[in-house]
Amino acid sequence: MATEASKGRWLTAGLLAPSSIWFLIMLVMPLVVVAIFSFGERAPAGGYTASFTFEQYANLPARLKAFQNTLTLAPLGTVLTLLVAYPLAYYLAVKAPSRWKLALLVLVIVPFWTSLLIRTYAWIFILGGRGIPTLLEFIGIEGVRLINTPTAVVIGIVYIYLPLMVFPIFVSLEKLDKRLLEASNDLGGSPFRTFLQITLPLSIPGMATGCMLVFILLMGEFLIPAILGGGKVFFIGNALVDLFLQSRNWPFGAAVATTLVIIMLVIVSIYMRLMMRVSAHREDVSIM
Amino acid sequence: MSKSYKDDLPITAKKFMEEFRRYQNGSVSRRHFLGVTGLGTAMAVLGGAVPGALSSRKAHAAGDLGDRLVFSTWPNYFDPANIEKFTKDTGVAIQINTFGSNEEMLAKLQAGATGWDVFVPTNYTFETYVGEDLIQPLDLSRLPNHDPNSQEAIFAGPATVNGKIYGVLKNWGHTGISYNTDKLSKAPTSWKDFFDITMGEGSGHTIVHDYQLTTIGAALCAHGFSFNSNDPAELAQAEKTLIDAKPHLFAISSDIQPSMRSGDAWMTIAWNGDALQLNKDMPEIAYTLGTDGGEIWSDFYAIPKEAPHLNAAYAFIDFMLDPQVQVGEFNVHGYAIGDARVDALLPSDVSENPILFPAKELMSGLEFGAASTLTNPDRAELLARFKSA
Repeated sequence: MATEASKGRWLTAGLLAPSSIWFLIMLVMPLVVVAIFSFGERAPAGGYTASFTFEQYANLPARLKAFQNTLTLAPLGTVLTLLVAYPLAYYLAVKAPSRWKLALLVLVIVPFWTSLLIRTYAWIFILGGRGIPTLLEFIGIEGVRLINTPTAVVIGIVYIYLPLMVFPIFVSLEKLDKRLLEASNDLGGSPFRTFLQITLPLSIPGMATGCMLVFILLMGEFLIPAILGGGKVFFIGNALVDLFLQSRNWPFGAAVATTLVIIMLVIVSIYMRLMMRVSAHREDVSIM
Repeated sequence: MSKSYKDDLPITAKKFMEEFRRYQNGSVSRRHFLGVTGLGTAMAVLGGAVPGALSSRKAHAAGDLGDRLVFSTWPNYFDPANIEKFTKDTGVAIQINTFGSNEEMLAKLQAGATGWDVFVPTNYTFETYVGEDLIQPLDLSRLPNHDPNSQEAIFAGPATVNGKIYGVLKNWGHTGISYNTDKLSKAPTSWKDFFDITMGEGSGHTIVHDYQLTTIGAALCAHGFSFNSNDPAELAQAEKTLIDAKPHLFAISSDIQPSMRSGDAWMTIAWNGDALQLNKDMPEIAYTLGTDGGEIWSDFYAIPKEAPHLNAAYAFIDFMLDPQVQVGEFNVHGYAIGDARVDALLPSDVSENPILFPAKELMSGLEFGAASTLTNPDRAELLARFKSA
């Protein structure tokens, strides 16, 4: 009787079914709908009429600037977030007294308990004329303009995305084998050299995960440019909001969204391959 | 035994009604309301439970009104006390839905089976609603409080399509320029001034709306063209003005109040409701219409084609048209009613306020936004080029 094996297969199928159906309905189907819409035409009063045309894709250069802005500010925002997050994660994982660790970690999460919109809105007042620029005037620096500039958008990005970067790095530093650091010390390595040759390479997986989380979310960002950029910094996310909610040009919006998904797939798969090569290389080194 | 059954309730009756009013106003979401009150059940349960809870049913002269009515409107655009009074007088419980835009309302009605009895469309939507057969003509004989002679024909006009009347006037307003008199040496009087000041004295301190109708409309008016122009050559000139002005702008945003209040922004395109609130708190922020034109709008009470509670719908609209009731509405939302009988009841500092009631000669240049202007894809693309420039 082969029932043992077939029973096992049915069990596997049964256990996978709920998540597969969920995946199909919540992820695959909406993407298919978006792809179908992108070949349609805009109805005269807005919305979608069925058709098969490449017109929407031919029109993509009309949003070139938005793609450029996103593809410049998303990597820049990711790198800056990494630079700010690393020392914080390092402190939390390595330096912080262990009885404070949990409390400090909770402090990093606390901002998530308030609405993203409200936290971003609060920065209007910090960066606005009566905020930081007024403080700078006290020390003699006049005429600084922060709110509604690309700088304000980058500040907002670093603030909002910081926890997403801190946690993966924290986890990889936390797992770090302290004996390696002692060994380096015993062999006469300076603290700086120990950091460069041991700590930093071993935290690459955490940095890679954090960067990917932040970068992917940043590519779809629209709230921070709208609120802290005063609507003058135009991301793909903002173009999509306008196309779907204001001008109700769904087919063109769908074409822009599909293009964004394709760009993301290309970037993320190159990135993954690169990261896998880096970690494979590292294992070679450690075996040697 | 001092413990009362009330101690175990998740919320007191008074607090419940407060939360219920906030929810009806659209100030809080349904999820918040259901969470806070501990109801956690569907709206249907609430709708069924409230008529009995709020009032004993009374007979009404206008025949059988039923016990419920569904009213779709904009957030903070009605007086909760009036809603309560109607329910008390008639036994009809009102369920209120609030929406963020006409486009959203249209999408809901197009999808069908809304169950709405009364809704509040804006001037430019009537052609679309009639074209799509989503709205019914009104039998004015069932609205004794409606008096066309006390209304300016210009405000009520857009609800008439093909000779039939599909809505009665609720409120009207206009779009002009709010500016800080402490910051600018010369007051703007036209949209041409608006852009000249933006690129001159006011550089870095001007806001335009993140809305193609008003922002492109303003640039068109500055060139002496129609606010509603769809002419490619005229739109090209408006685009040049907007793109030239962009480096001098403080923001492209419809959320004008925080920056005007903080003093970061000195001048902005403004709907007169925003202008009135700013002026009330900061008298130095004045408001003017452009001598070269601009937008006027009006909102209406109307009845969808498939309204399930028609008797209640007429009774409710007629109730809302009562001048005393209208005064209550005005005190809550601050938009002009457009009814001479109501204006006569307002205190003189209100009825003579130029932000609500501008001089006739300024009004004559204003235009209603047209459906074709709003749905014009060329104007949408123009705005996208302006925003990404």
